[in-house]
Amino acid sequence: MNGASSDPVLSVRDLTIGVGRSAELLHGVSFDILPGETYGLVGESGSGKSITGLSVMGLLKRPLGVTGGSILFQGEDVLKLGRRARRKLRGDRMAMIFQEPMTALNPLATIGRQIAEMFVVHRGMGWPEARRKAVEALESVRVPSPEERARSYPHQLSGGMRQRVMIAIALACRPDLLIADEPTTALDVTVQAGVLELIAELCKAEGTAVLLVSHDLGVIANMCRRVGVMDRGRLVEEQDTKALFENPLHPYTRGLLAARPRLGSRPVAGRGRLTELDEVVADEERGRDAPTLTTPRGSRLEATA
Amino acid sequence: MSRPLLEIRDLTVHFPLPRQSPLGRKRTLRAVQGVNLTLNEGECLSIVGESGCGKSTTALTVMGLQEPTSGEILFQGKPLTGAGAPSRKERARIAQMVFQDPYASLNPRQTIGRMLSAQLALHGIARGSEARDRVAAMLKRVGLMPDHADRYPHEFSGGQRQRIGIARALMLDPKILVLDEPVSALDVSIQAQIINLLMDLQETLGLSYIMISHDLSVVEHVSDRVAVMYFGRVVEEGDWHSIFSRPTHPYTRRLIGSVPDPDAILAGARGVPDAAPVPDAARFSPDISRRPNPDEEPEPSALVSIGESHSVRLAQ
Repeated sequence: MNGASSDPVLSVRDLTIGVGRSAELLHGVSFDILPGETYGLVGESGSGKSITGLSVMGLLKRPLGVTGGSILFQGEDVLKLGRRARRKLRGDRMAMIFQEPMTALNPLATIGRQIAEMFVVHRGMGWPEARRKAVEALESVRVPSPEERARSYPHQLSGGMRQRVMIAIALACRPDLLIADEPTTALDVTVQAGVLELIAELCKAEGTAVLLVSHDLGVIANMCRRVGVMDRGRLVEEQDTKALFENPLHPYTRGLLAARPRLGSRPVAGRGRLTELDEVVADEERGRDAPTLTTPRGSRLEATA
Repeated sequence: MSRPLLEIRDLTVHFPLPRQSPLGRKRTLRAVQGVNLTLNEGECLSIVGESGCGKSTTALTVMGLQEPTSGEILFQGKPLTGAGAPSRKERARIAQMVFQDPYASLNPRQTIGRMLSAQLALHGIARGSEARDRVAAMLKRVGLMPDHADRYPHEFSGGQRQRIGIARALMLDPKILVLDEPVSALDVSIQAQIINLLMDLQETLGLSYIMISHDLSVVEHVSDRVAVMYFGRVVEEGDWHSIFSRPTHPYTRRLIGSVPDPDAILAGARGVPDAAPVPDAARFSPDISRRPNPDEEPEPSALVSIGESHSVRLAQ
């Protein structure tokens, strides 16, 4: 682990993202991630969870841009860094896994080459050595017959294998922070379990902190100790995962938990009608002025505002 | 009336695969192998399994969009495939499909009203103001407003588009709806609305559903009966409660065990309910510890009854 364990790896403060000064999409989001911790951001489409992840990586696309706040990575505000300096960080000290591995991989290069590139660019290795390291990396993500697979192209692999390759690329340089944006949404459930387990295991072994962005409460519960709930560009609640499920504070969180179909919750007789979100939370309660609610031992004071 | 509404009998769909070399042997992908299913009136039958298991191919065959290699499909006892099968137009009034991605299945250049009334004109059901009235009534039925008829697909949210997809499927008053992953592209809160809408429609219109899904928690809530498919075959079948309370085939158990269920994870109880007892010395088929080869003749096996309306595939 790096640094004193009490200093957060990532500290996002009052982050706002918008289109110029006119339209604001993210309204002052703050959260911390400690070294080795897996922090979940959960929310529905349009809640702002993905742009939060992208802004940390510095991958927001125009016309979107950060319009306020700070992103402290190991104590340094990355928003003040130049483009070259940020580029050096990406892939080396912070890395990202995307939802759809096929679009994130280069279809014209072999798997081995794409992993080896990481060692060549960030570690200054020669290609032959980097290729050997790439095979080791494939082995560590448990891709069968890694020597052979290193010579394959992305289309020759299944979805689960491709996502393992993405993980190998992301973790090649042993980053301190991994951002995983819906890493298993495109995979079958039986494959999903294995991929999540792999991420958890490798990050634990290396002490890598993870920002896991997902709409799936099950995936979040499986992976994260702490979770932030996002709604309409705002972090509305942050709690320990267990406490969140047992005692959700924000009306939106209560609605979200009530609306999901749960395995084993259908009554034996009769139909499995589900609770709809607006039966639990009124629209006014989800407005722009919703405060962030945290547990008493949460560090933030604005919770009481 | 005890006769099922729809019967799928010994359905097999094979696709030719390219030879590995010019002199190599002929290869076939056995997408669906000897599937038998029945759908009763007013029932929801769910077919679950992972991608490539043959669930969508089975659904396409019911819709007449995929010709079976062998086997037959009967609707109210009359064949839907082969000689004497109804025309595309007649079929459209028997079964309709709701797709996963509602936006991809709507014409972006047509207003909702035109799209919905075109079907009525084509089938000679209604024109002009009568057609408009029917469209308005249908939009209301699926939870939209009559004046939404003048809008284009891009003006709607994902949940509204799925409502339009359902309205489109219902315009001709079909008996069967084939729902292909109807909520997997939607947010959790919208999912609940669409699932409730589908269940309400089923009750008021007396519809029968075939739902294709990989989301077991949704399947548990909506289904009357469930068939689990694995590599082209049904490996377990039964009423929803048997499948979820006594999952027996190792593949069904793996599927249920893989659902990331927050309550179970946090309670530390990540168990799958006990299996139903199977006859002594019986072995499950196929063996899921290794990946079956869909290009080979499968071992002889049969669905064996292990309880009231609950059967599982065992090797013979």
